[in-house]
Amino acid sequence: MELLVFVLASAMVLAGAIGVIAYNNPVHAALGLVLTLFGIAVHFVSMEAHFLAAVQVIVYAGAIVVLFLFVIMLLGVDRAEDLSVEPFQIQRPLAVIVGVAISGLVIAAVVRGRSTLGEQLESGVPGDDNIRELARSLFSDNVFAFELTSVLLIVAVVGTVVLTRRQRGGANK
Amino acid sequence: MLDVVWLVPAFPLLGFLLILLFGRRLGEPAAGYVAAAAVFASFVVTVGVFFDLLSIDEHHRSHVVTLFQWVPVSSLQIDMALLADPLSVTMALFVTGIGFLIHLFAIGYMHGDPKFSKFFLYLNLFVLSMLMLVFGENLLVTFLGWEGVGACSYFLISFWHTRDSASTAGKKAFVTNRIGDWGVMLAMFLGFQAVGSVSYGALNSAAESGSLASSTATGIALLLFVGAVGKSAQFPLYLWLPDAMEGPTPVSALIHAATMVTAGVFLMTRMNPMLAAAADWAPTIVAWVGALTALFAATIAVAQSDIKKVLAYSTVSQLGYMFLAVGTGAFVAAIFHMVTHAFFKALMFLGSGSVIHGMHHEQDMRRMGALRKVMPITAGTFIIGWLAIAGVPPFAGFWSKDEILLFTLARSPVLYVIGLVTAILTAYYMTRQVIMVFFGEAKWESHAEDNGAHGDFKPHESPPIMLFPLVVLSALSVVGGIIQLPSFGIIPKGLRHRLEDWLHPVVAPGEAVISGTSAYDAKVWLALLAIGCAVVGIALGVLVYGRRKLRAIEPAILADGWRYDRGVSAFMGGPGRKMFDAIAWFDAKIVDGAVNGVATAVRSTSGSVRRIQTGNVRSYAGVIGIGVVLILVWFVVLRGVM
Amino acid sequence: MTPTTTWYLVLAAVLFGVGVVGLMIRRNPLVMFMCIELMLNAVNLSFVAFAQAFTDISGQTAVFFVMVVAAAEVVVGLGIIIAILRRRPGTTIDDLVELKG
Repeated sequence: MELLVFVLASAMVLAGAIGVIAYNNPVHAALGLVLTLFGIAVHFVSMEAHFLAAVQVIVYAGAIVVLFLFVIMLLGVDRAEDLSVEPFQIQRPLAVIVGVAISGLVIAAVVRGRSTLGEQLESGVPGDDNIRELARSLFSDNVFAFELTSVLLIVAVVGTVVLTRRQRGGANK
Repeated sequence: MLDVVWLVPAFPLLGFLLILLFGRRLGEPAAGYVAAAAVFASFVVTVGVFFDLLSIDEHHRSHVVTLFQWVPVSSLQIDMALLADPLSVTMALFVTGIGFLIHLFAIGYMHGDPKFSKFFLYLNLFVLSMLMLVFGENLLVTFLGWEGVGACSYFLISFWHTRDSASTAGKKAFVTNRIGDWGVMLAMFLGFQAVGSVSYGALNSAAESGSLASSTATGIALLLFVGAVGKSAQFPLYLWLPDAMEGPTPVSALIHAATMVTAGVFLMTRMNPMLAAAADWAPTIVAWVGALTALFAATIAVAQSDIKKVLAYSTVSQLGYMFLAVGTGAFVAAIFHMVTHAFFKALMFLGSGSVIHGMHHEQDMRRMGALRKVMPITAGTFIIGWLAIAGVPPFAGFWSKDEILLFTLARSPVLYVIGLVTAILTAYYMTRQVIMVFFGEAKWESHAEDNGAHGDFKPHESPPIMLFPLVVLSALSVVGGIIQLPSFGIIPKGLRHRLEDWLHPVVAPGEAVISGTSAYDAKVWLALLAIGCAVVGIALGVLVYGRRKLRAIEPAILADGWRYDRGVSAFMGGPGRKMFDAIAWFDAKIVDGAVNGVATAVRSTSGSVRRIQTGNVRSYAGVIGIGVVLILVWFVVLRGVM
Repeated sequence: MTPTTTWYLVLAAVLFGVGVVGLMIRRNPLVMFMCIELMLNAVNLSFVAFAQAFTDISGQTAVFFVMVVAAAEVVVGLGIIIAILRRRPGTTIDDLVELKG
């Protein structure tokens, strides 16, 4: 059962990822991203991280991807990009090599370190307690970082508003 | 007064600054009086220091006044400090005393010169440097003064710089001195490396106590001697002194007779323990160089026809005597001769200046003659100087020269004979000069038109301000010997060896002791022999130039200085120049080339590396990807996570 | 056979690789941004996998913060892209070469 869930969710993740990089139309790429994010959320649930799964769907898939789509529509970049033409000869082969190398090496490392990771999967923390544990960790050990992230969000919002203001005369600074 | 010994160089410094700032406004003759007053003030303070030193007991007559820390660089600690001890005070006394007199003379001599104030500016700077040289507590302060007097010598020799010969002579003096300076610098480095300090106290006590290896002491002593050879115009670096006569006569009197050229002798005397600790052949070299130079220069002086050139070669010769004394361990005699020489040589230079001034700047002796009738005081004082240098008692020169000859005989009979021959020649050429200038027939009447004079050209006596120093110096030349009278029976005990007692604590390590030698026992005979040589020389001179009984021998080769100067110029012009060109080429192409080459290499490398900055984000991403892969390779494969 | 932690990590590595490839190949700035999101998600996945393997909640805390920062980053990044592309519509990343040295 768990295996089936894993395989299906992984299929979603990978299909979505391939879709992001393969579709010419950016809107289609965004939809591929949504598929990936859902797959990841399923994985989170199967790893007993329920809160994060919820956050993933709400924030990532629900807010961030919507933001992407807004911008795509706003700027009119929904015109398809021509993927058959590559101005730099070396870029495609290089990308493949780099991608394969990175994933290959990490996989190799992970596989080798299998023994330290152990085989057990049962969570020491029952699902109901996940949110309690997370909250405890967040508000006691990491409360400073937590407060800083709130500042970060405000700064990001203010910064973006300033960045995208239309100056008089149309000059964007 | 001892604590304010720094006032001694401070007064000329003040004079220098005043003339620097206000010289043009002061003009003539006020600038001259300011300069002379500064030197006189120094003299007064020096006298005060002298009496203060006298009141201290003999073994502690050495006072150091540290002005400030000059070089504080971890192990190299050098202070700007002044050392007041018998040797430095003796030097300072005659430097400031004679300097003052020469300043007075110069006020009259340089009358009408458009650069009057500048002259006194340089003169004061010179006195300042010379006092720093003399009072220095360590080699670096002395070297500061050493370089200063070299620079002032250059300024003053080429004072009338519009004359090509003058500026060339100035350059020649400076460059030749520089060769000597190299020796002093190396000696300083060697001293620092051996002892860890350049102060005289440290160096000399290391030499005395024997903690200094004999080879090091020899090295330091000989390197200092190289410096002395340059500064005091010994062979082979004497070339610049005759040419230095291009400068105004007060300059020749002050710098090239009384003070700067004696700096070499002073330095050797100051470092006498070093010379004593050196290998035995080192002082012998010094003595031989001195003796041969004395003889060499005396032979040249016999054939010179310029009134100042005779005196210049005479100075080289007398300096040779002083180095002969240093080499034979007679440091007191060397200082004694330095003092008496300062008196009579400055006197004669000033006298010649008076003659030149009176003859409207004619310097060729063959156009003079019978001047004693028109310039009596000049003639009288010059004659006193002549008798002093010839070695006629009781004038000052006799006593000092006799003392040197005594020590020389105690060391080596050969050197003694050289000394005697030189004494005869000295008496001879000085007699020749006196007769040619002041006696004989007046040749200036037939050459009146050559001097641009109008109608009846008649030389005149100089103004009182120029005669006063002549009179004072001649008085000193008469009685100067009193400071170091030998122990002959007829001389009262209290008057004997005053200078030796005074200088004893400073020169004790190096002073040769000759009281037991056969030469010492025969000293009365030697004195008589010296008088005999003087008489012979004078008689020969009178016979050749006065009575015209013998033919004058003035071969051209002597007049040309044994062609030595010409030889050096030829070498420098020919192979010397090729060498210099080669070195200059090396510097420009290879040394500069290496430096420029590095810059060019960097620029071209950066030019090619620049092309990585394409501005294209995707290529940057590619490069970052490659970087990440490499790091992963390092961790996974090489570091054995794998 | 139940999926072990290793499987999740392998999946995360593959997802990360896909993201890198996409970043280097695509020329549309917005799609490149999406590839960055892929990479971030791969990392989140591995964090949670480790959190479960070692029974340590701090893995999930890290994911929490990654998500917050990713959100902020997207906001600012899209703002910049808007600012640039408003002026020059239709440009791709290859045309933005002002930093050429």
